[in-house]
Amino acid sequence: MCGTCGCGGRDVLIGGKRPVRAKGGGALAFRAPGSGEGQAGHAHQAAELRVIQVERDLLAKNDAQADANRQMLAARGIFALNLVSSPGSGKTTLLVKTITALNGALPLAVIEGDQQTENDAARIRAAGAPAIQINTGRGCHLDAQMTAQAMRQLDLPDGGLLLIENVGNLVCPASFDLGEAHKVVILSVTEGEDKPLKYPDMFRAASLMVLNKCDLLPHLEFDPELAVDYARRVNPALQVIRLSVSSGEGMDQWLDWIRAGCREAGRTLSDTLESE
Amino acid sequence: MHEMSLAESVLEIIEDSARAQDFRRVRRVVLEIGELAAVEPDAMRFCFDAVMRGTLAEGAELQIVETPGAGRCGQCGATVAMQERYGLCPDCGSAALQVTVGERMRVQDLLVE
Repeated sequence: MCGTCGCGGRDVLIGGKRPVRAKGGGALAFRAPGSGEGQAGHAHQAAELRVIQVERDLLAKNDAQADANRQMLAARGIFALNLVSSPGSGKTTLLVKTITALNGALPLAVIEGDQQTENDAARIRAAGAPAIQINTGRGCHLDAQMTAQAMRQLDLPDGGLLLIENVGNLVCPASFDLGEAHKVVILSVTEGEDKPLKYPDMFRAASLMVLNKCDLLPHLEFDPELAVDYARRVNPALQVIRLSVSSGEGMDQWLDWIRAGCREAGRTLSDTLESE
Repeated sequence: MHEMSLAESVLEIIEDSARAQDFRRVRRVVLEIGELAAVEPDAMRFCFDAVMRGTLAEGAELQIVETPGAGRCGQCGATVAMQERYGLCPDCGSAALQVTVGERMRVQDLLVE
């Protein structure tokens, strides 16, 4: 809950720098007259009250930016994935192994989201891929505007792969479209099987679930069939890959899934070019 | 979930309206929150008060209108009341329920001076 985690979007850093928001009038730019001193400044005026119809969606701005991101990615044939999970599910390790396994065969770039530190982007760069870190400060999720800004700062490969690692949080990132092709939810077997029922919005929003750390199954009471069953109750169309970066189980399937997505994004690009 | 950023979106919408409609103070905000929008009204109130502090909507009353969730069964076509984003169709038992209403989060109107 952000009411308790205290999230907010005012301390954002992208690549260590404060982002420039597209429009003027940021969150707190419009101060009330006499703000901080109550209403004493104009208490003498007879208040003329009126009702203004607004009818505007709270996520409209995010969704419009996400659409713009998606169009830009499609125009450049880039396949973008938004990786979401609780903290500690193994997202960054999976990304590092993915980069190593692809070994330059597919051009890729990574956007890393965390509240604090550049640690994850540094791990990705050490694995050989360009990466930019978004520090959300108190924010508990990435949004489409941060993503757009990060994409501008990153050397995005045309016809390649963009991996976006969201802030570790199974709740908030579900509601914020970044413009990705798919959300991939990572559930590690050291968590509970019923996470999909406890956090249904995220599993509902994802196209693929990676059941991670499967090499640990012999040491745990985690029932993978039950976890998949719960996940499909929430999202009947959810695809599932059982994976372990330690044993290599499922890595081929994961890489094939990525390659198929990239081919599809590339095909859409060449179709567009031909029709122009 | 992300009530703090949603409250910041409410403020942005208020500020845009203030520029367009020329008002200086907001007394009441009516917010429609769908049952399936995954927003906690209490958390929203807490964040609303925190975000509006020091702005033209400081101290404004937040009125939340909660709208019920409903969906359509992809199997038998029934219209079904939904309290969660997933479930089984009470008519045919299928899990192929598609949410049709109740996900909306929007500022309906403002009482301003």
